[in-house]
Amino acid sequence: MLLVALFMVGIVIAMVIALSADAMLSLRQFGFGFLTSQRWDPIKGEFGALPFVYGTVASSLIALLISVPFSLGIAIFLVEQAPHYIARPVGFLVELLAAIPSVVYGMWGIFVLAPFLRQYVEPALAKWFGWLPLFRGSITGIGLLTGGIILAIMVTPIISAVVRDVLAAVPGSQREAALALGATKWEMIRVVLVNGAPGIAGAVILGLGRALGETMAVTMVIGNRPEISLSLFDPSYTIASAIANEFTEATGDLYLSALVELGLILFLVTFVVNGIARLLVWNVTRNTGGVGRAA
Amino acid sequence: MSVSKRSFQLAAWLSVLVLAVTFLGCYSGGGSGGSGTVSLQGAGATFPNPLYQKWLSEYGKLHPNVKMDYQSIGSGGGIKQIKEQTVDFGASDSPMKDEDLKSAPGEILHIPTVLGAVVITYNLQGLSKTLRFSPEVVADIFLGKVKKWNDPKIAADNPGVTLPASDITVVHRSDGSGTSAVFTDYLSKVSSEWKEKVGTGTSPSWPVGIGGKGNEGVTGQVKQTPNTIGYVELAYAVQNKLPVAQIKNASGNFIDPSIDAVTAAASASAANTPDDLRVSITNAAGPQAYPISSYTYILIYKNQKDAAKGKVIVDFLWWGIHDGENYAKELQYAPLPADIVKRAEAKINSVTANGTALRQPAT
Amino acid sequence: MTGMTALCTLLAVSALLIILSYIAFRGIGSINLQFLTDVPRPVGEGGGIGNAILGSLVLLLISSVIGLPLGICVGVYLSEIGRGRLAGGVRFIVDTLTGIPSIVTGVFVYAIVVLPMKHFSALAGGVALALIMVPIVARTTEEMLKLVPHSMREGALALGAPQWRVTLGVVIPAAASGIATGAMLAIARVSGETAPLLFTAFGSRFFSTSLNEPIASLTVQIYNYALSPYDEWHAQAWAATLVLMTLVLGINIMVRFLTRKKF
Repeated sequence: MLLVALFMVGIVIAMVIALSADAMLSLRQFGFGFLTSQRWDPIKGEFGALPFVYGTVASSLIALLISVPFSLGIAIFLVEQAPHYIARPVGFLVELLAAIPSVVYGMWGIFVLAPFLRQYVEPALAKWFGWLPLFRGSITGIGLLTGGIILAIMVTPIISAVVRDVLAAVPGSQREAALALGATKWEMIRVVLVNGAPGIAGAVILGLGRALGETMAVTMVIGNRPEISLSLFDPSYTIASAIANEFTEATGDLYLSALVELGLILFLVTFVVNGIARLLVWNVTRNTGGVGRAA
Repeated sequence: MSVSKRSFQLAAWLSVLVLAVTFLGCYSGGGSGGSGTVSLQGAGATFPNPLYQKWLSEYGKLHPNVKMDYQSIGSGGGIKQIKEQTVDFGASDSPMKDEDLKSAPGEILHIPTVLGAVVITYNLQGLSKTLRFSPEVVADIFLGKVKKWNDPKIAADNPGVTLPASDITVVHRSDGSGTSAVFTDYLSKVSSEWKEKVGTGTSPSWPVGIGGKGNEGVTGQVKQTPNTIGYVELAYAVQNKLPVAQIKNASGNFIDPSIDAVTAAASASAANTPDDLRVSITNAAGPQAYPISSYTYILIYKNQKDAAKGKVIVDFLWWGIHDGENYAKELQYAPLPADIVKRAEAKINSVTANGTALRQPAT
Repeated sequence: MTGMTALCTLLAVSALLIILSYIAFRGIGSINLQFLTDVPRPVGEGGGIGNAILGSLVLLLISSVIGLPLGICVGVYLSEIGRGRLAGGVRFIVDTLTGIPSIVTGVFVYAIVVLPMKHFSALAGGVALALIMVPIVARTTEEMLKLVPHSMREGALALGAPQWRVTLGVVIPAAASGIATGAMLAIARVSGETAPLLFTAFGSRFFSTSLNEPIASLTVQIYNYALSPYDEWHAQAWAATLVLMTLVLGINIMVRFLTRKKF
């Protein structure tokens, strides 16, 4: 087992080395400025990663903000409240969302979601919340918000499926103990949630992983403009979309190298986000001990 | 169920799976072996994909011992794979650059196969006629200098047409693409500001607009979103019944992007076409030429390593530029003009394997 | 509060039903026996996705054979055996692996499998998909194994079973349904992947089961058809999506059935 685990680590290290080697040209050329520059011009040979990092983080954040409450709601409903004959088929259906290929999500996004957002949702948001810079800008239905929403739909089945299993595995004794102490049903559910917190965090990280790396669906609805803008309606660009869009056509070593460096940066972003998530979990569980430690 | 029985079941399943995979893996029908079947792999541009699929199918009917495959992964992908020699032939809309040719392990020939047009399409309500654009206006729209549909510059090209006062939303390609390369090549020729600010390439840094993925993405955007303008390959606009604009060519005529106009552009440029057939025919000088036209090429090594495969390639290409052209029009591609076919023939005849020419010119 | 959670579920299920019905509406017209058994043909001649279905199954098989055992092993290590910083480091790295865009994995496998072999192959495609599967399977396996109460382990150890027996015979079966969830999520995920296959398995117009040759797959076929200008091919893309989802659903049901608790 140890060998296998080390083998996986070896693969990741090999990937990082291979990627770094390919990115060397760009690393040398741009140095640290790559992370802060906003200019992405393949023809002139100027590359900067900031708009992509912003787009990736922003769209994933939006996706999680929408998806996590929904997924928790779904999981709680299916585990704690729904009768068995509803829970199993409905659970199936939610997991089925994970099987839709991303290119199909993308097409559905262009033909159904984007027009819907453009005609009903975005004008409404602009009318009521237009005083926030988040909701200004021209309304085309294609942009950061659409990308975030599609990601949220794609990520929900993963998070909810894992959280369901986590909650289901919390021993009944915990629930009974809480109820015996006089807790209301919802206070009991809170206890269950806290018990399963590390597992829930694991589920969210899995979902986040999917969101950060998602390519096809996002690239079809996010507008693909390497520009940072505060408005959710404006087009944006993620690292994964950029690599997918430009890798096959990238001729010229510097261009290729810059794209590979973007990939390396995505690694970095994932590292950092994971680290923060771990810290949060550690904070929550050091007092409660988590599931599975008690009999 | 006891532990050992469960583990046994698991182990049995696993071995069945492994055996299945190995069995399937060994059952093969590939390579150049086995009853004289020759297998060929090609990859590259997405633009000619529908036509190449037709060609492969028709050629395959005539030669049942040949198994040819083509996957559309993009012009850049085609160039990369032929350089890496993981495919037998590549395909690209824009010709390879000098640096790419130099870094290839052997001499690569460009064989033009068909022609295509990049058209300007738009989504505007209440128009009585198709829109017309002069080249400078197109460049200014894509530069972001002309921002509204009722701008006087657009009105000047379209007398008598009422244009709405709405903002123009530009749609361009988000992925690297031969189509973008052709379009920016044209814009660089007609606008010095474009040439200086943006330049020519498969992934230009667009001053304004939103990006759609693939020709299909741009078509979808334009179709769905009002007040948009975009550029796509002709086939996409026709198939989706989108309006296509007339563009003023170098001779001063407003030309519809028809198949004949594209072939006219190629003929008009034939005199300027260099020997290796790598040429840009945008903004061609011919009275009926459509200004945003381009060739698409198949890339092969001049010296083929495998004589059997090489023979099939040259035979297929010969068939393609003669009989294959008959299938072009119905799929919205423009056939090669006669003089270019002659020059392509000469290129095909020059392909060799181990020193001997693969094609006997007498045929 | 109950209303809220029920509403969440309702919205999720509605989203699914909306998307599914859109797919069915666009695609059902094209499904017939010929479509399911024929190879792709040029525009105007019909054609089908038979070889793509076979190809997807072969790729799933290869990637599962490689990826599931690897993933489960890593999960077992992280939960049962690993201690301290090494395990923490491995866990961290596995988490990071889940975030790699699949196209980067594809490019990596291209470099280490396709280039040395000098041609594209089903094996390369399977390896790429397996690399995507492993972190998902590993993490969910670990989480599920951790949820098994210690009392079960202690009970088995107290009866004199060695560690490996405890893991194999007690802990894993107890977590079997959770591990199956992880496997199912991973399989569902990779069955919808397109980008990594573009540079590895590549695609083909023919029926093939050879590990050594390029192979067609439903996702690449859908991708190619969706990005084409022809309505006929679009309809085929939607129909192929319907077929793909039925496939995944079928696998899902089968695995759930095989790992159900037998009491």
